[in-house]
Amino acid sequence: MKWMWIAIIVAATTVGEVLQAMGMRRHGEIHDFRPGAIGRALAVLARNRFVIGSVAAMAVSFFAYMGLLTIADLSFAVPATAVTYVLETVLARYVLKEHVNWLRWAGASLVICGVALVSL
Amino acid sequence: MNTETARLRVKTWICATVVVFSNVFGNFFMKRGMPAQLSTPLAYVTVLFQPWVALGVLLMILWLLSRMALLSWADLSYVLPVTSVGYVLVALTGKILLNEQITAKRWAGIVLIMAGVALVSGRTAPRTVGAGR
Repeated sequence: MKWMWIAIIVAATTVGEVLQAMGMRRHGEIHDFRPGAIGRALAVLARNRFVIGSVAAMAVSFFAYMGLLTIADLSFAVPATAVTYVLETVLARYVLKEHVNWLRWAGASLVICGVALVSL
Repeated sequence: MNTETARLRVKTWICATVVVFSNVFGNFFMKRGMPAQLSTPLAYVTVLFQPWVALGVLLMILWLLSRMALLSWADLSYVLPVTSVGYVLVALTGKILLNEQITAKRWAGIVLIMAGVALVSGRTAPRTVGAGR
């Protein structure tokens, strides 16, 4: 049961965050942070397929996380879901075509080890 | 460092700070208000109206929006490690607000995370690909 929740969370989080990055990349840099401008940006983003998909996937991940927390400790849940860092960095490189140089790989690896140590 | 890089870096730092703090305190308040058990599917919905959980959810909405704004100009492979400083803050708020013990293993993890964040945030630019591809 625990591992089923983990699998759902990892898949939904990874898909959701990569779609979010894709959608926002397509939207372009947000310059204006006044309330009216943010409202207009949200109205545009609400019609962005990638953003809609990402919010749906993140909602799945959120409720699955709540489900996991009722049967598992935080100290189990957090390191188990840290595997999304690996998947997302790989997808950032190959799907989003970001230039992930050795500094970023090194940084991501340090963070993954650190998250495991902090939460185990 | 030219002005464009400097401008983007300052904007990135401000936005990343909002992302990290809304996530840390959102999780903290949600955990504070969450009951020990959610027995029925309806309980998953009604718990959202419990005051602490509701405050947590509001902060999580702020987290989602600020993270979207950040990703509108910064790379995912930059945002991921940089915002992971939240794990450090969770451990520290646990110690300060809830009097939890931080073991040697946890301190080691905190040092590793900070090193990873420093490598990525200090030495690589937030954006490596053009917008609107």
